[in-house]
Formats: sequence, structure tokens, C-alpha cells
Amino acid sequence: MTEVTDRQVQPRKQGLTRRQKRALSRGAQYALFVAAVVAFAVSADWDRLQNQFAQADLAQQMFPDIITLALKNTVLYTLSGFVFGLVLGMVVALMRLSSVGPYRWVAGIYIEIFRGLPALLIFIFVGVAVPLAFPGTEIPGGTYGKVALALGLVSAAYMAETIRAGIQAVPKGQLEAARSLGFSHARAMVSIVIPQAFRIVIPPLTNELVLLFKDSSLVLFLGVTLEERELAKYGRDLASQTANSTPILVAGLCYLLVTVPLGFVVRRLETKAGEATR
Amino acid sequence: MSDGTKDTVVPEIEVRDLYKSFGDNEVLRGIDLEIGQGEVVCVIGPSGSGKSTLLRCVNLLEEPTKGQVFVGGTEVTHPDVDIDAVRRRIGMVFQQFNLFPHLTVTENLTLPQRRVLKRDKTEAARVAAENLERVGLTEKATSYPSSLSGGQQQRVAIARALAMGPEVMLFDEPTSALDPELVGDVLAVMRRLANEGMTMMVVTHEMTFAREVADRVVFMDGGVIVEDGPPAQVITNPSHERTRHFLSRLLDPAMAEVEEVAEGETVAEVSDRTNGPAD
Repeated sequence: MTEVTDRQVQPRKQGLTRRQKRALSRGAQYALFVAAVVAFAVSADWDRLQNQFAQADLAQQMFPDIITLALKNTVLYTLSGFVFGLVLGMVVALMRLSSVGPYRWVAGIYIEIFRGLPALLIFIFVGVAVPLAFPGTEIPGGTYGKVALALGLVSAAYMAETIRAGIQAVPKGQLEAARSLGFSHARAMVSIVIPQAFRIVIPPLTNELVLLFKDSSLVLFLGVTLEERELAKYGRDLASQTANSTPILVAGLCYLLVTVPLGFVVRRLETKAGEATR
Repeated sequence: MSDGTKDTVVPEIEVRDLYKSFGDNEVLRGIDLEIGQGEVVCVIGPSGSGKSTLLRCVNLLEEPTKGQVFVGGTEVTHPDVDIDAVRRRIGMVFQQFNLFPHLTVTENLTLPQRRVLKRDKTEAARVAAENLERVGLTEKATSYPSSLSGGQQQRVAIARALAMGPEVMLFDEPTSALDPELVGDVLAVMRRLANEGMTMMVVTHEMTFAREVADRVVFMDGGVIVEDGPPAQVITNPSHERTRHFLSRLLDPAMAEVEEVAEGETVAEVSDRTNGPAD
């Protein structure tokens, strides 16, 4: 013991102390950051940037349509896809946990397929392949129905896995306690286990909502009418009409308008969930 | 109830030739046990002796491999039995309390009554308040379980089971997860319950409780009942070497270590596990 302390007390013969090293390292990082900002500011053609991305009058023209039409449609597509995906995901999750083998296999295959495919392919599949393969079948709700179906199919695979993990995270003793009080298995799941599981999965499900919000931009591959355009399509159309990218930037800001607060909500929920457990 | 037409007294709990295996591991190897109405039976024994499994077989949380269990004359193990209906008559208290964390204390007591017994709101609330008072936690009615101490949580768990109006109460090491200073309150509640005439089957390491409250003490080891009798006999004056050995280790862990060294690995392993919960 004494030997070690002695050695620590001894002054260093050469080189920097640990504190000095740390200060140096931090200083270097600040310098790098400042250099990068300066390099960007100098190399960018600000006039051109402003011209291409920040035309105030162009941006002004976009209102109120970008909110009342495009943002509204984006929200509608997202929510319908989310609700459909949540219901389907819940069913798939319960199948995955079922004691009936074939249910588990079907659920497993579903999850593997839809988690492994790009959302774009599923949109094309729903929009093009299904009407071709089943002539005369009309997906109810027109474009809205198709989007709900496509987004729902994609998100259900993720949500099923999230919900399954949530249900499994509820301690086994909860089900046992409920059963010992005379609850049937189904009633115990509904009254005791699933409410607790949902508390656990609300943050990841909100994250999924953010992802869906962005994925709703894939609607443009379904071919939509003017009234059905959402943010990305709306911005792109306007950008090509005006040969200027300002509409893209404004559309992007509209996405952030929703996703940033949602992200904030997720973090809040996560902190709260962390406090609630124990 | 169903075949209780004769005048003979039906034991509240009857276990006949019970076997239970988990895979290749045979945990219960032929258990016969009767517990009369109002009787308090403490089941003691080293970890892995099968005492918790036996308790869990009584309300079929574990499915026995072979044998029969009767509760109040109904064969629990009969394939046609409505197990949910049987469990309503059997209260169970767990080592880990298992309160529902998303519900308040009162809701923990009222939800099962309403969902399972279909009691109306006011009736359920009345019974809940009554049983919270019984365990001395009226002031915690609106709290959530996470804000309660372990001892308080366990008392709520007891109240929750009692609110269902059970004929029998099963306790699975109810004080093993508690800090030593919180054990007393829970045992006091159990003692009062025993004095009120509740039929109780208690898996425990609390020898003082067993000695003072139990009508009978059952010592299990290796999946069989080794000794069964009044506490004065089983605890104070055990007739079997295995019982004596277990008790000496339980009452004096320091002694056990001396023995471990002397007797080698197998004993060391078992006593390691028993020393933990034995406060």
C-alpha cells in the first residue's frame, strides 16, 4: 500500500501530466471543429445556396397548401399505417408467443420477410402487383387504403417484435399471481400482462411512428392525384415546376416540425419508463 | 364439496402419491400429505428439496407428473376440473410479492375481485378497505407498490389474496426476499391469520415462526417427506439424521462451514444455497 502511494506522489520527470494531456486533447478538438466550420463557410457559394434553397417568395407561395394538404396527408398516411400496423403487429406478436406451433411459424416467417424487405418494394407490390394479380380487387380507401396497407405491413413486422419483447419483459410472476387469483390465461394477459407490456413498448413504438412518418414519402411510387400528395411529393413537384430547390427545403422543415418534438417525447417517455421500473 | 355427503371430515388439502419432474430432474418423488381445516403446516427443508414445487402443485401452478391433489374435497388434478374456479378458493403469497406495479394498492385488491368474482365496484372497494385494515396498511391505499417497502408489499399481497375470500392460504417463502428488519411485520400478519383459523401451508425458513405458530412441521429433502409432526418434535427433537443436519446448519451457519470442510463438495453446495434465505 505505502509503496504505491509513494510512487504516485513522486513528480513526473518528463512529459505532461494527465490533466495537461486532457486539456490539450480538448483544445485540438475545438480547433478541428472551428476549422471545419470555417472551411465549409468559405468553400460554399452562399449566393448560389440562397438562390437555390432559400427563395423567400417561393417559400411563401407554398403556404398554406403545404400544411393543409401535404402535411395533412403525410400525417393521415402515417397514422393509418401505424394503426393498421399496430393491430397486425399485436396479432403477430401473440401468434409468436402462442403455444400452437403453426401460429409461431407463420408469425416468424412473416416477421423475417417483412423486416427483410425494403419498404419501397412493398409499396410497389401493393400498388402494382396486387391489382395486377387480382384484377377487380379494389383495396378499400383508394390510395389511403393502399398506403395504410403497405406501411402497416412493413411496420407490423417491427412492432410485432417490439411487442413480443415487451410482453416477455413482464416478469413471469405477474402471470402466476394473476392465475393464482383465478384469472383465466386470456384475462390475465388482457388485464395484467399486456397493460404492463405496453408501458414498456411505448417509447420504441413512438420511434416506429417517427420512422413511418418518413417512410410515408414512398407514396409517390403509388402514383397519387394532386389532392393526395404528401410532403415529399409536394415539395418535389413544386421544385421541378419552379426549377428551384426551396420547396424541398421547406418540405424538409415540415418533417422536422413533427419528428423533432416526437423525438423529444420519446426521450421523455424513456426517462419516465426508467423511473417507473422499480 | 361434491362428494362430501358423508359425515367424515374431509381434509382441506390432501396430496396423494405426488410426483413431479422437470425434464430428467425428478423434484417430487411420492408425496403424501393431509392438512386439516384450520391447520397451519410449515414445510421446511433445504433448497432443491421440492418444497416450493409441492406448494405450487396444490394450486396447479405446476402440473404434477403423477398423483392427485384435493382441495376442500375437489380433485384439483382431475382433467375436467375448472382450475380457475378452484384457484379462487386458494390464496397464494409469493416470495417476490408479485403485486401488479401498474395498479395502486387498492386497485391491486379490487381488480381481481371485480374481474374474477364479478363483485361490483362498491362491494370490491369495501372488501379491499377491510383487508387493507387487516394488514395495517389503510394509509397506503392510494400508493403504488413501487413506493412501498418489501414488507409492506408483502402485506398488500396477503391482503389481495384474502380479499378473494379463500379457504386456504399458500405461502411460498413469504419473508425470504425481505430485509431482516421487515420480516416481523409480515410474520405478525400471518400469525394473526393463523389465530383466526385460516388453513395455511407455509414454505419457510423461519424456524421461530414454525415453532410458535405451526400445528405441524413437515421436513422435506430430496423430493420426499422425511419427517412430519408437531414442531416440538420435528424442530426441537428431530428423529432423523437429515433433519438434524439441516436444522443445525440453518440455526448456525458458522457450524455448517466447519461441516462443509469435513464432508466435502456435495454438502457444501447444498448448504451454500440454504444459508442465503436463512436470516
